[in-house]
Amino acid sequence: MGWALIRGWTVLVYLFMFLPIAVVVLLSFNASQFGSFPMTGLSLRWFAELAGNEAILRAFRTSIVLGLLTAVISTTIGVLASLALVRYRVPGRNMISTLLIAPILVPEVVLAVALLLFLNALAVNKSFALLLAGHVIFTLPFVILVVQARLVGIRRDVEEAAMSLGASPVQTFFQITLPLLSPAVLAGMLFAFTISFDDITGTLFWKPGGVETVPTQIFAMLRNSISPEINALGTVMIVLTAGLPLLGIAIARRMAMKRGG
Amino acid sequence: MGAVSLTNIVKNFGSFTAVQRMSLDIPEGAFVSLLGPSGCGKTTTLRMIAGLLDPSEGDITIAGRRVNDVPIHKRNLGLVFQNYALFPHKTIAENVAFGLKFRGVSRDDRERRVREALELVQLPDVGSRYPGQLSGGQQQRIALARAIVIEPDVLLLDEPLSALDANLREDMRVELKRIQQRVGITTVFVTHDQSEALALSDHIVVMSKGRVEQTGAPEDVYTTPATEFVARFLGASNIVEARCLAVDGDGVTVEGPGVGRLTLPRERAPQVAGPGPVKLAVRAEKLKLEPAGTAGTAPDDADDLILDGLVETVDYQGLAARYFLRVGDVQLQAINMIDSHPFAEGERVSLRLRPRDCTLLAGSTQ
Repeated sequence: MGWALIRGWTVLVYLFMFLPIAVVVLLSFNASQFGSFPMTGLSLRWFAELAGNEAILRAFRTSIVLGLLTAVISTTIGVLASLALVRYRVPGRNMISTLLIAPILVPEVVLAVALLLFLNALAVNKSFALLLAGHVIFTLPFVILVVQARLVGIRRDVEEAAMSLGASPVQTFFQITLPLLSPAVLAGMLFAFTISFDDITGTLFWKPGGVETVPTQIFAMLRNSISPEINALGTVMIVLTAGLPLLGIAIARRMAMKRGG
Repeated sequence: MGAVSLTNIVKNFGSFTAVQRMSLDIPEGAFVSLLGPSGCGKTTTLRMIAGLLDPSEGDITIAGRRVNDVPIHKRNLGLVFQNYALFPHKTIAENVAFGLKFRGVSRDDRERRVREALELVQLPDVGSRYPGQLSGGQQQRIALARAIVIEPDVLLLDEPLSALDANLREDMRVELKRIQQRVGITTVFVTHDQSEALALSDHIVVMSKGRVEQTGAPEDVYTTPATEFVARFLGASNIVEARCLAVDGDGVTVEGPGVGRLTLPRERAPQVAGPGPVKLAVRAEKLKLEPAGTAGTAPDDADDLILDGLVETVDYQGLAARYFLRVGDVQLQAINMIDSHPFAEGERVSLRLRPRDCTLLAGSTQ
């Protein structure tokens, strides 16, 4: 009896969480020109319209470029920072570590306003580079957390063995450390990309005029009317942000399988 | 000058001195063990030879070349770790070939040498597998093959057997000795296990608290310990605080609690110059137990000392037994082979002690 209640409750919680998403996906295939029930038939017309909407396509391009750049820059900095913090005795490394993780703890709005005010004080104009910098700042903690955890698990003596065999420190990094770190690097990049791709709060504050990312574009569209296109766009976003990490996990699994655990 | 020479090496970590002014000369082709408890500085010394740590003072030469400022990857040495340290993302063949790639060895040569190295460690068929698919003992053999295949000037082994199971460890010990002798490579072996050091080494360097306590052939170090530390660390020893009464041409006469008065040959007391406090060291296996009363009846050797003892504790080990005995005011331990039955707790026994099995150490209380 008790278990049945818990089971029922659990199902309700999941329904509450996922039903709205399912509705968005379902309605994106609706043939009706209103983005709501009842459904009048199945159709891909909203996806077709989406593909023809210049503003949305531009936002998509911006988001993808921004996400990729954020992923690459954030992961590069994250790997270097993790190496320094884990492998070397940097003075004050606990404090540096805390500072690097801090953007997770600070509310995003506060961070967004702070960066904006700071740049105002420096009399720097908003730009794409600034937007990118903002995204790097708050994806960096995630990358560092993932990479650091993995790096701690890579034994130092493996690297020492490589060096004793004649590999310079740089060769050792690229031939031993980085390949062993690659699952974490991949995970970090995916994290950074999806967080950047999804972000709206910081982006609203930092984006220069005329530049829209997908989330800010959706936000702008919602202010006018609820078009069924938004449902289609939502579906595409879900596929991207949920599909990418799943793909990443699958790749990591395959790599691990090859080595026989 | 030997294959590896350390001259007045000091290593400080902040205010802590891990190695205190150590000098060591390792001859070409020798197998030298650095033996001591954890924290004695043996691994620090090995890591300085490897180039993983910089000495605070002193010089290190390898094959006649001063290497203080030579980074590890230019020192041409083989390094084997306790935890194998194979590259998990590379196959066994790639692991073994890794060092050859940096030495400009052609592909054909590389394949041949990898094959030879794998045959040397008796694992010729595992080249295409990954380290995770091999057992611990197999992985350690591969680590050894990977270190040897580059023909290093010196092979450095950091507790290579410690992660293995007891039986496997003994097999690997024999295997290690065979391979080292066959290749004839100068080897420095770090261990805390005295039986490994005794079985494998040409020379043993016993270390404690960053100092070298004694250097010598295994037999010398074992039978003639130079310090109380060495006597206690290698095997089970009894140390009795005694007094030297006289030193003359025939020998050294001492008197101590439990053992009474005895005269040792002069060469068993190299550190003792004259009367004063001394320490009498005797190995547990040199104390022979006999049923009480029978010992005096057939003295094989007139010099033998016969003591009366009471068995307090018996540590039965199958082949042998270790006895803790009350002899006068002191407790002594004896390790004896078991003939038919071990002596029982509470039994009275006679202890036979040959003075020339004892060693006298300087008595200064440390």
